[in-house]
Order: sequence, then C-alpha cells, then structure tokens
Amino acid sequence: MEKIMPSCWRSQTKPHLFCPGCGHGITLKQLGYAVDELKIQGKTTFGIDIGCSLLAWNFFDIDTIQTHHGRTTPVMVGYKMMKPKRVAIAYMGDGGGYAIGLQSLLHAAFRNDPITAILVNNSLYGMTGGQMAPTTRPGEVTVTSPDGKQAEFGDGLKGPELVRQIANKKAYIARASISKPIVLKNTLKKAIENQIKNNSFSFVEVVSICPTNWKMNAKQCFSRLSDMEDYYPLGEVLAQKEKNVE
Amino acid sequence: MKNIQFINGSQAALKGAIEAGAGVMFGYPITPSTEILEGWIGAASENNSLKYLQTEDETSAGFAVCGALLAGVKAFTATAGPGNTLMQDPLSMAENLRLPFVCIIMQRGGPSTGTVNFSQQEVNLSAFGGNGDGLRCVYSASTVEEMYTLTIKAFSTAWKYKFPTFVLGDGHLAKMRMKASLIKPMNSVNSSPILKENNVPTLLRNCYSSEEAFGKKLKINIEDWKKTSLKIEEFEAYKIRDAKELIIAHGSVADAAKDAVDILRNRKKKIGLFRPITIHPIASLPLRKAISKAKRVYIVESSLNQFSRIVKYEANGLKTPIIEISKPAESFSAEEIVRKLISS
Repeated sequence: MEKIMPSCWRSQTKPHLFCPGCGHGITLKQLGYAVDELKIQGKTTFGIDIGCSLLAWNFFDIDTIQTHHGRTTPVMVGYKMMKPKRVAIAYMGDGGGYAIGLQSLLHAAFRNDPITAILVNNSLYGMTGGQMAPTTRPGEVTVTSPDGKQAEFGDGLKGPELVRQIANKKAYIARASISKPIVLKNTLKKAIENQIKNNSFSFVEVVSICPTNWKMNAKQCFSRLSDMEDYYPLGEVLAQKEKNVE
Repeated sequence: MKNIQFINGSQAALKGAIEAGAGVMFGYPITPSTEILEGWIGAASENNSLKYLQTEDETSAGFAVCGALLAGVKAFTATAGPGNTLMQDPLSMAENLRLPFVCIIMQRGGPSTGTVNFSQQEVNLSAFGGNGDGLRCVYSASTVEEMYTLTIKAFSTAWKYKFPTFVLGDGHLAKMRMKASLIKPMNSVNSSPILKENNVPTLLRNCYSSEEAFGKKLKINIEDWKKTSLKIEEFEAYKIRDAKELIIAHGSVADAAKDAVDILRNRKKKIGLFRPITIHPIASLPLRKAISKAKRVYIVESSLNQFSRIVKYEANGLKTPIIEISKPAESFSAEEIVRKLISS
C-alpha cells in the first residue's frame, strides 16, 4: 500500500498552498510516488514555472528552482547539459508550456534534450484569475472569452500531438489525467525513465481541474474533466512509423 | 613576457572567457556579436571540455545560462541590440537569485533593429534594464585589449560578488583587428554549484507573497551592492592632474577622446580625460572630485545622453559647467572631438 504522503514530499510545507481541490496537488503526489519508486530523490532537480506551478517551489525535499514564466524548459536544458547524471524535471502549466514557452518546449523536443517536461492542462490561466488559454476548448467561457471561446481563437491546443510532430523518435510523449492517478504515476515514471535510460526528451501533459476558476464543485469538475478527456485523448502519443521509401 | 596578438574584439572576448575558465556558452546569432559564438564553437571543437548550445532565441540562451550557473559552471552569453532587450528577462532572474551571469554586449544602433554597426546606446538597458531595481555590474571596454581583460574581470566579479555582470563593447571593437597585448589581469575566481545536491535541498524562488518578505530580500542585495561597489568600481584618469578642462567618456569613444586630449595638449590646452571602466557601479567619489576640479566638463558619447545622465546624477550639486556632446549611434574620431570641443 502506498504511503499517505510520498517520502520525497517536504512534510513541513504541507498542507500545500494550492486551492482546495486543485489538480496540481494530485499531480505532484503522483510525481512524488514516481520519484520514490524510481529511488531518484537524491539525484533529481525540479524546475518550476510561473503561474500556479510557482507554488511548488518548496514542495519536495529536492533541489528546486523557480524560474520565469515559460522559461523552465531552457533553464533545465542548460542545467542538464552541465549535469548529465541528474534527473531534470521541468514543471509548468498550459500557459507556460503552450503559450509563452512553446518555442522552448518545441525546440527541446526537436533537439531531444534529455529532460522531462510535465505540463498541467486545466484549460485556463489559474493564477491570474481564469483567462483563456491555448487549451481552452471552443465555446468555453473564461474571463477573457466571456461569450465562449470564439472560432477565430482556434481549437483547444493539443500539445503532445504537436510536440510529437517534431520530436525525436526516442522521445516519450503522453497525456494522462488526474482522474486516473495510478496511470498518471506510471506515465510519469515512464517519462522519467526515458530521460534516464535513453538519454532522451520526454513530455507528459496532465489533464486537470481548476475548481476555483471553473467555479464548480467536485462532481461538476470531474464531469467537465471527463469531457476534456474525450477532447484530449489519454495515453502515449506514438511517433508515426517512417514511410517506406521505394 | 608580453603576448602580442593581432586580433579583433570578439576574439579578445573569447580568449578572455576561456582564460577565465568559462565552461559553456549559450547564444543566438546577432550582429555584431556573432563571432564570439562562432569562435567559442570553434574552440569547443578542439577542446571537449568547452560546451555550447545555439538556442532558439536569446531568451532561451539566457535562461540556459541560468541553468548552467545553478549547476556551478561558469556560463555566459554574448548578444547585441534587440538580443539585449530579450536578455533582460533572464538577467532579471539572475539579479533576483544573485546568479553570476556574464553577458558580453557588442552595442549596435537602436531603437529596433537600427543598425548592426556601432553605438553606445545599450548603457541604459545593460545598467538598468531589469524589471526591478537593477543591480548588475557593467564594464565598458575601450580597446580590443580591454575586451580581453574586462571579460576575465567580469567572470571574477560575477562569481565573487554574485551580481550579473556585463562587458560592453561595440560593433567597431567587435570587428576591428588591432595589436593587442594580452596580459591576464588576475587569477580566476572558483565557481561552485548553487543547487547544492546534498541532503538539505536548495529551494530557490523568485516570487514572494508579501511586500515585507521581498523587501527584506532586496535590502540584503542592496546592502551587498553598497559594500562591494567600492571593490568593483574602476576608472582611468588620463592627464587630469593639471587639467582645466575635462572630457568624460567611456568605451571606444573614450579611446578617441584620449587622442583628442593629446592633440589639444600639443596646442597647449590643459585638458584631461576621465574614463569610467565600470559604468555601474561608477567610481562616484573620484568622478566628483575630477568634475569639481575642472573649470569645464565635456561628456562625449554615441548615445542620446544615456551615459551623461549617469555622470550628471553623480555631479549633483557641483557648479562646474557640463557640456553634453552626443551623437546617437555614430562614432567619433579624435579630430571631430577636438572640433566639437573648440566650437562648443
């Protein structure tokens, strides 16, 4: 049976500062279990973005660097280059990874930089009060899309599928959800193992909830999460097989 | 023994970085700083202890520098103009976390893409470009030789005092080859990991939830800055002992001004040059003393009074008349400085 709290969690900073019901707590718990099971607490460095993820700066008993918005990926790329034996994890939200920091995420995947990027997709900007994100689905109401996200702003951005297009074949790319914590943990483990064993890039999007900005109770949140899971399919995003050249 | 070489400012900066023990460079090509990146990659192809990454943009180059610094490696970047604008994002993180970030700037004309040639217009951005109270050291190189010595000093200052440090050159210095005597000015300062990797985790943040907590942190930085400024500041005083008139200039304009002083001295004019080698922190007391002794002061620069504003702030309350001679994004010859001084 799993411990109530992962061993690598920093107990003195719990309960954590995320809003009640926030998906970050669930994601970071599964990340904690993944780190425990892989026995990598002593060799992991955790980079976090700005946005709600900034609250995780003292979440683990693990060296942690809180960076700037969208800049966690390049910080961890630079760090990992100098510390190839460390496990480098870049943790961000959908604004940090898919808007302001997309360029860096794509290029890290393109170069196959051996870091693990974890992105929490709650379909809006939580920390600033619920604005439209690239992951906001058409029709969804946010404070900057008060009549529902209009068609001209695009569909909900499918990050793992996008990253897969330019990522190295060795990259591990997947989407998981906080509704299935054990699968989430195993997905995070695979991603980290891909960094360690294959010296390759890995990326996991975690579909999540934001009760505060969604203005929903738990039942409503999980109902909306279920809709998100239909829109954003869970599982590994596989590289297309190379076409045979005749 | 003197090591005299025929090199340009980019090559000199590169040699300085290697001499200072830099282990990695991250960069994005931008004229006129590109040759430093090219030179570093060339050096890395012969020495596999030197690492590099040509990143997707300057912002990423700067943040990758931050990552490498956290690992304890002497990391740096080189950029110019619009690249310097983007570099302010990682530099403000370096200011907040006190990361020993070294940034070589080959100034070019702005605003915007401007020119790729020359200017002294990146003084404001380099000295005060962060989104808070910018505490970073800024050296201004006057010659190719100084691109070497000041780059070495920049690494030492950055790692010793843990303030981000700039070396300002310009497009002319970057591209101009001249004889340079390369003498290492000091022993290198050791680097050490900032993320400690031990049983007590290092937890670093940039975001604070209370004014008081952040104010307390900034106060420590400001106190450290005040304590170390005197150790960092540098200047050159050229023929100022009996000078009735004083030119104040920095960078390659100061090199032309030095020749102007010699021309005017030959015409029996008692004139001298005060050249801040560090623009931030500037050598405040010697500068005030030099200004107060003169009957007339000329501030000569290739920007619209960016440097002059720093000098005039230091000269507050002094009665010496100050004449500002500014030519944004255009260089000065010694003869032109002489003409402008005589006509002003």
